[in-house]
Amino acid sequence: MGQLDGKVAFITGAARGQGRSHAITLAREGADIIAVDLCAQAESVPYAMATPDDLAETVKEVEALDRRIIASQADIRDLGALTEVVNRGVAELGRLDIVLANAGISSMAPTLEMEETAWDEMIEINLTGQWKTIKAAVPHIIEGGRGGSVVITSSLAAITTNENIAHYTAAKHGLIGLMRVLAKELAPHSIRVNTLHPTTVATPMILNEPTYKLFRPDLENPTYDDFAVAARTLNKLPIVAVEPSDISNAVLYLVSDSGRYITGITHVIDAGGQV
Amino acid sequence: MGMLDGKVALITGGSRGQGRAHAVTCAREGADVVIVDIADQMSTVPYKMARQEDLDETVKQVEALDRRILAVQGDVRDQGQLDAAVTQGIAEFGKIDILIANAGIWTQAPFWELTDEQWDEMIGVNLTGVWKSAKAVAPHMIERQSGSIVITSSTNGIEPGLNYAHYVAAKHGVIGLMKNIALELAPYGIRCNSINPGAIRTPMTDHQGAWDMFAGHPGGTEADLIEGGYHFTALAGTSFMDPQVIADTALYLNSDLAAKVTGVTIPVDAGHLILTGVNNTPVK
Repeated sequence: MGQLDGKVAFITGAARGQGRSHAITLAREGADIIAVDLCAQAESVPYAMATPDDLAETVKEVEALDRRIIASQADIRDLGALTEVVNRGVAELGRLDIVLANAGISSMAPTLEMEETAWDEMIEINLTGQWKTIKAAVPHIIEGGRGGSVVITSSLAAITTNENIAHYTAAKHGLIGLMRVLAKELAPHSIRVNTLHPTTVATPMILNEPTYKLFRPDLENPTYDDFAVAARTLNKLPIVAVEPSDISNAVLYLVSDSGRYITGITHVIDAGGQV
Repeated sequence: MGMLDGKVALITGGSRGQGRAHAVTCAREGADVVIVDIADQMSTVPYKMARQEDLDETVKQVEALDRRILAVQGDVRDQGQLDAAVTQGIAEFGKIDILIANAGIWTQAPFWELTDEQWDEMIGVNLTGVWKSAKAVAPHMIERQSGSIVITSSTNGIEPGLNYAHYVAAKHGVIGLMKNIALELAPYGIRCNSINPGAIRTPMTDHQGAWDMFAGHPGGTEADLIEGGYHFTALAGTSFMDPQVIADTALYLNSDLAAKVTGVTIPVDAGHLILTGVNNTPVK
């Protein structure tokens, strides 16, 4: 018996990284999945973003667990596209209980030198995109009348700050405000809303050369090992980065009955980074 | 398969209320349990504190789950008694993996009317007692390079509450203590976190003094407490909550699900902390 038997979850950014891990974890616990991912490159992003093959792999891994999954390429900046996917998913799977607003990008530049495109794409995806995700999906949870749970992926960057990611930091701070207002507005419907704040997670968004350079501005061509030295200093527990499954475990806690009276909170998973 | 198979958990204040919920939940998930409880009245506490029969009941419920349990009568203000409980627990079960520093009291008075004794008993149990409990298990956990500590704070670890400044000071204090323990034990792979319970219905919160507080006047009733509880939460249909909701979050924090979570504090308050404050009795 799974902790989420009979539930349906909508997950953005589900093609790989944390999103794929969430999809597999929730499916393992009995949930069916509605998954979206851009599966394309955003102009300002300096690392390779997910592909349709990545999304197909998520589908394969969820189906291997005998759960159903409706997966679509969709841009969370496009409210119409999100609404269409969620409506279709709910029509096929019968209900919606959980929303994981997980999709996100990273790029880096000193605040005063940042291109306008980089700022705009960041805010549109990492902040406005989460609002559109929730706007498209949560009415289905309300309609179900059974309550539900929304988890928004913020970041440790909304709690401790670092140079050269002002747009990312602003977006991730904004998500906390969005979460708190939603938690109030949705509490009468027994829908809970919380944010997650991961430290560095070992995903393609982090394990790439531009990010290594962000962590090691002192080196011309930093390697993973150079990055690891700096990343380790973020954490108090003796590790370089947490795994996507560590974040999925926190999601599971928040969306399952274990978290049934938890709403409006910011949950940090940071290997002790902020203490 | 349980989430805590093969583990041993030490729980202070384990004889009833949240402590018993922790003990039974740990046992249900496969852990053996050591409980420590004063099982006696303290002079400043106006409600009836736990007794030997409460300890016995927790023992019975844990044993019914086919787990082993050691129940020790002990005062968290006494380092010697805590150290002895730890030594006895390790002798019996071989190790201690988990500490849930749960023991606590709650008393009321305007801060300028609190007696020295009220202040000292509160700080002694709710703050210093947590430090002593963690101190009792830390060397053993460091030696094994493994462990998880969960400290029970309160929503009053984040916000004030009328007429119990000593409680608020202690509950704020344990959050600072939690962060420092997390910092100092992280190099050994040992985690420490805290929980901020909202309105939980236990013998500590369900008595005449609490009824009066929620009624807003002397002569309050149980119905006033329940009605006040609804006003204390945001989530639909939620008044005072069952201790199990806190045990569920401690289970998460002590299990592998939270293997990379340390130094954090989690409110379990049905949305209390997102409610906007209003002054119901303004002085104009």
